[in-house]
Parts: sequence; C-alpha cells; structure tokens
Amino acid sequence: MSEEQNKIKLRVYRTNYSNDYSPRFDEYDIAVKRWTTVLDALLDAKAYSDSSIAIRYSCRMASCGSCGMKINGKPRLACYTKISELNSHTIVCEPLANFPRIRDLVTDFSQFFAHHKKIEPYVHNENVPTEVSNNDDLVEFKQTPEEVDKYLQFSYCIKCGLCYSACPTVATDAKFPGPQALSQAYRYMADNRDDGEKKRFKIIDERHGIWRCHFAGSCSNVCPKGVDPALGIQLLKGHLMGVSKHDKKIARVRTKEE
Amino acid sequence: MRRTSFKMTLLKLRESQIMKIHYLTGICAVFFVAIHILFRVVMPFGQSLEYQNVIANYHNIYYVVLLELILIFVSIHGFNGLRIILLELKQSDRWESIMTILVLAAMIGIIAYGTRTIIVGSGL
Repeated sequence: MSEEQNKIKLRVYRTNYSNDYSPRFDEYDIAVKRWTTVLDALLDAKAYSDSSIAIRYSCRMASCGSCGMKINGKPRLACYTKISELNSHTIVCEPLANFPRIRDLVTDFSQFFAHHKKIEPYVHNENVPTEVSNNDDLVEFKQTPEEVDKYLQFSYCIKCGLCYSACPTVATDAKFPGPQALSQAYRYMADNRDDGEKKRFKIIDERHGIWRCHFAGSCSNVCPKGVDPALGIQLLKGHLMGVSKHDKKIARVRTKEE
Repeated sequence: MRRTSFKMTLLKLRESQIMKIHYLTGICAVFFVAIHILFRVVMPFGQSLEYQNVIANYHNIYYVVLLELILIFVSIHGFNGLRIILLELKQSDRWESIMTILVLAAMIGIIAYGTRTIIVGSGL
C-alpha cells in the first residue's frame, strides 16, 4: 500500500437489539499502515471517533477466537486480517452470520457452544479416574507421534465460530451441530486415548446430525488456524458407513515404573 | 400390531443406515439406467419407441426385471432425497415424523403403481 493510500473508510454495522434500533452502517476514516489489522482499525475508531462501537476481542493474536466477524463479506478474525491484504479502501465489518446478534459486531455464541458441548469434547476412558485428589493417582498415556498426527490439526481449533458462520447447512438447519462440533467429534474419535466413539456416534448419527453436511467446504475455506473441518466430517462419515479402515487400539496407560 | 412395529422400525433406522441405502440405491440406479439407455440405442431412438417395440420390450423378462429395479432404486433414492430437503426446511419432531411417513407412503405408492404398470404391460 503506497503512502497516498494510507487512509481507508471503515464501515461498521451498528445495531442494539435490546433498544430496538434499526440497523445501519457507520463510516469512519482511519489512517492505516502496512501492518494495521482490522481490529486495530476498529479500536482506533472506538478510541477516537465513537466509543459506543461494540466489539468482542481479547488476545489480538488469533489464539482466543473472540474477534470473529464478517469482513468484506467473509468470516475472518479481525486481529488476524491485515487491511493491506484486503486490497480495498473500504472495509466493511458486519457481525458473523448464523449467530444471533446482540449489539453491533457482538454475537451470541450460546447455541454454538451448546452444540460443541453436546458431542462431549473430552477424552472418554474408563481406565482413567475422573476425579483425582492425590497427584500420585494421575495417569498418562503412551502415544506415538504418528498417533498424535491423526488428530493434531483438529486440536488447533480455537472455537472462533468462523466455520459455523460460513456453513450453508447451519444457515437453514438450527439443529445441525455445525462443522466445529463435528470436526471435534472426529478429533476425539481419531485420538487413541479415547474410547467413547460409540456414545459420540449416537449423538451425531441422527436426522440433523452429520449426514446433513453437503460438503460445501466453506468451513475449511475460512478457518484461520488451518483446520480442515470438512475433511474431519468426511472421515467421520466414512467411519459411520464402515468404509474407512478402523484400526484404533486404545492407548495403554503408562505404569508408575515406566 | 405387526404393521405398526414394521413402520416404527423404518422410522427408527439410524441416519447412517438410511444414508447407506441412499448411496447404494444411487449407484445402482446410475448403473441400471445406463444399461437401460444402452438397450435404447441398439436401434434408432424413434424406432425403439414404436408401439410393437415397446410391447416387445415389456415381454422380455430381463427387461421387465431391469425396469422394476430402476423403479425401486430411483424411488428409494429420490424420495429419501426429498425427505432430506423437507427435514432441512423446518425443524420440529412433529414435522419430521409426518414428512417421513408421508414420503414413505408416497414412495410405496409410486413403486406399487409402477409395478402394476410393468405387470400389465408385460402381460404376466
């Protein structure tokens, strides 16, 4: 971006559902540099132009997944999107689609987290005590790097909701768990410490479950962490159909002597 | 009582079992429709639709079996596709159950009517 082009127009979607305001776009002129992110621009507008802009953010380094929003029509993390890479002098910020809106760019994640929670996203293993009061009772598993590789990319998910927002099935079917929850179901199925796949399969193998994914692939296209939820969903479908090779052996708990 | 339990079994199939049937019937339908088209191109298309040729086809037992299979596979695949579209249209247990029963009834009706036509045509 040349020095003459260092001013952009930031268009921010404004509304407040509790006060029944009609939605509108407010415009702010922001001075930007090569490394300025959309979040920096929004915070600049909030600091110097309009303090009432509502934004949710925290880490500013694509780790917390709080600042997801639609930027120039595509779900992105505001802290991870540089204005220079958008190649536009007008940056339009809107709340994420497929989420109930609260105020301005802030959306309600309750339903999204409910879907995530429903698939029981934690290691199920009967050999592991669920409550440990004594440190000596803690156990660990033996897992090879190859076994870790099977689920590693899916464990990078930061629950930012961008995939959920991009999913065309979520847009029409509120009961569909969405790509995030389904890819997490695969993440635990592929993890050889977990033996809860039967339970999890029952949860996702229903009318509004995994089979309503039409493989649009938008989820993988927008993930800021390089996770491929569409791949996880297709692999999970393969397991449910019984066409994928399933050679998972539950990992052994490491003994005290080891 | 027995009929009710049969209906309930159909309604209680896991979605993965239904989708297995869906994919298999889809593949089979493509395969058998391809054979059907090949049957049609052994002679000029217009000639294949002449009255005596159509009747002759219906009197060929292999062709009758082929037509019946196409009817069954296409109906199961197509009506399940319709069920999926209807389920995504509106989410409520009542709607889903009604649509599943209606689609199932329509599928059975179409297969029954098509089978009747094939039997009448073949003079069995």
